[in-house]
Amino acid sequence: MPLLQLEGIVKQFPGCLANDQVDLALMPGEIHALLGENGAGKSTLVKIIYGVQQPDAGQIRWQGEAVEIANPAQARRLGIGMVFQHFSLFESLTVAENIALGISDARQRKGLRSRISDISRSYGLLLDPDRAVHDLSVGERQRVEIVRCLLQEPRLLIMDEPTSVLTPQEVEKLFATLRRLAAEGCAILYISHKLEEIRALCHEATIMRQGKVVATCDPRQETAERLAELMIGSRVSAPDRPASSQADKPVKLAVSHLSLKSDQQFGIDLKDISFGVRGGEILGIGGVAGNGQSELMAALSGETPVAAAESIRIGDVAAGRLGPAQRRLLGACFVPEERNGHGAVSAFSLTDNAFLSAFRRRSLTRHGLIEGEKTRRFADDIIRLFDVRGRGVRAEARSLSGGNLQKFIVGREILQRPDLLVVAQPTWGVDAGAAAAIHQALIDLAAQGAAIVIISQDLDEILLLCQRIAVINLGRLSAPRPVGEVTVEQIGLLMGGVHGTAPDEQLEGEQPRVART
Amino acid sequence: MINILLSIMTASTPLLLAATGELVAEKSGVLNLGLEGMMLVGAVIGFAATVHTGSASLGVLAAVLAGIAMSLVFAFLSLTLMANQVATGLALTIFGTGLSALMGAGYVGTALQPLPKLTLPGLSDLPVLGPLLFHQDALIYGSFILLIAVAWFLYRSHAGLVLRAIGDSHDAAHAIGYPVIAIRYAATAFGGGMAGLAGAYMSLVYSPSWSENMTAGRGWIALALVVFATWRPGWLLLGAYLFGGIMYMSLYIQGLGVNLPSQFISSLPYLATIVVLVMISRDRLRIRLNAPACLGRPFFAAG
Repeated sequence: MPLLQLEGIVKQFPGCLANDQVDLALMPGEIHALLGENGAGKSTLVKIIYGVQQPDAGQIRWQGEAVEIANPAQARRLGIGMVFQHFSLFESLTVAENIALGISDARQRKGLRSRISDISRSYGLLLDPDRAVHDLSVGERQRVEIVRCLLQEPRLLIMDEPTSVLTPQEVEKLFATLRRLAAEGCAILYISHKLEEIRALCHEATIMRQGKVVATCDPRQETAERLAELMIGSRVSAPDRPASSQADKPVKLAVSHLSLKSDQQFGIDLKDISFGVRGGEILGIGGVAGNGQSELMAALSGETPVAAAESIRIGDVAAGRLGPAQRRLLGACFVPEERNGHGAVSAFSLTDNAFLSAFRRRSLTRHGLIEGEKTRRFADDIIRLFDVRGRGVRAEARSLSGGNLQKFIVGREILQRPDLLVVAQPTWGVDAGAAAAIHQALIDLAAQGAAIVIISQDLDEILLLCQRIAVINLGRLSAPRPVGEVTVEQIGLLMGGVHGTAPDEQLEGEQPRVART
Repeated sequence: MINILLSIMTASTPLLLAATGELVAEKSGVLNLGLEGMMLVGAVIGFAATVHTGSASLGVLAAVLAGIAMSLVFAFLSLTLMANQVATGLALTIFGTGLSALMGAGYVGTALQPLPKLTLPGLSDLPVLGPLLFHQDALIYGSFILLIAVAWFLYRSHAGLVLRAIGDSHDAAHAIGYPVIAIRYAATAFGGGMAGLAGAYMSLVYSPSWSENMTAGRGWIALALVVFATWRPGWLLLGAYLFGGIMYMSLYIQGLGVNLPSQFISSLPYLATIVVLVMISRDRLRIRLNAPACLGRPFFAAG
């Protein structure tokens, strides 16, 4: 008998049918993948299972009995635990307090501390109950969530995109924990769009597209290509890799001995960072989130100017002390990580957003006044050339989906014909179709002679696009190396702070952020 | 000397009461700038109820209920209808100022007996400590008991942990199944009741009478105290007594006939409190750890 059975689940949101007659069956001890692109309805479905949202129609059966799951507390009483993608943790509270908050039954909170250490020891999930959460790395935060679930002895554990923030080594550890849980009889609903992971871990897969279940299969029997096709509904071609030798091209960006104290309370200081990028080259900067990526982006874009002007050279100019506008005039363009509020003003129209970043390089003003017609044409070009789907140039930025807004922002920067483009997380939260379009656009820009720096936590993306890769850890950058000459294991070690594989790195006496427990 | 300390306690208590209530509301993520308005309405209702019933206890009770009623208006507008909390709070203060002046017009000039002091046989007769610690009105004892109870509730009880968690991240609290809006209503109502109590202290003890706008900005000082005390009960006590102390000193200086403009002297408590608390709260890490991250942000259950 299935542990959990969904029949004909329907959930309608204004303007979008999030779940359309979804069926799903989960056996005890089964690791079941829920596979689909962003917006396919996976998150809505698991929120219904966890009682965060109520279905408009359909039936939920738990061990054969029809149930209504009114709220998360009731889901937990049934034995359903969930680890959220955007963690539901409280930054200013300690690990123990965070875990206590996830337990609704007062009797279960007795002797909590000893049970936390029991569970974390027996599953190899090391945690210090008295540390405040804001102090923890992303991997450690995930451990808090998992321990919080395990304390309630769940029969079903829901994991929402759990590996997007982990190093390859941390992923292996997580998989070992999940396999052990499954062997003990706990069912696991594993949500992801990473196909190789699903093939390595899951026994069964349900694939969703546009709110509907389009297929169920045994992922171990399918190829990754076949799964991708089912998920997207059409073939996605890998981008053409650019030619590899740029040794004779001019250096467009040279960073030398860049050090910068972070102005954020829990930020990371940049320490002696050096690298160079030549025209036509794409350099990837990998690393686990929160290791100095945002500080590096701020230093490169000029949002945080650097005292030593020589430490950042754009073209032939020492640019360390220049602000973003002056750097743009030197030919540098930037795509920041946060689309809304940083890459775009969310309440402004696409026309206004196009103007704000491009008015100098595209001369969209005359005598201090905005040239409305020219600006509109520019915004319209972006929408046309980069296939931005929305309500045209007058649509507010926030009305676009994440993928479409990202295409717009990347397109806006590329159409300014930069000599240097620095991009952070180009395809974060973007569906596969839009991601492929953005990847191709970046490669085409490099082919025209621009230098590109991609700062990304998605290792697959870096390996796909970049000729060279460097890894940032605790504010230090490893020496860039050609992608073909490093293994994923070596990159993973660099991400975890083990720098032994990089010949010119000598780091001792410093705790790497991800391995700190 | 004993009289000086007694006056300081009386001047500090309304601030402590109002700030304790606001602390709870802000810890749950609700910024209620209507403190001054709630205090004024509490003061006038408490005064009127005492005049008509002849019972100070009923007067205090009426003031607390009036403060709660005012805060529920605020809660309905800002939590249910999701109006901007800053604007709604300012409106509540303006509304409370006008409403209290209207209701109190007939009571200007009426005088009352101050709240009786509680006497503990034996203890109250001790030299120095006796009058200070064991011969006070019930509300002064109440202000300490409530502060300790609030500190215990926030940092020792599970319900207090839930309240702090909601102030830290309402989305996460909602995701794991806590009723964000209901708890914020309760915290706001507690803040309102405490503001009403503080108002009653003004009109029944501090100067047992009613005059228009008699709180004279104490609601704003209490608000500032919460922020400058970096949301910690211990510092709140210190700040409230500091202000009370300097307020007494300024009256004393004026009494001595020092040749300074009286406006400057009466602004001293406000200036000094702000200066001292700014110095206390310069440590940004502590603010970051204690400030409710969701303070003033509307919560919408997107699911």
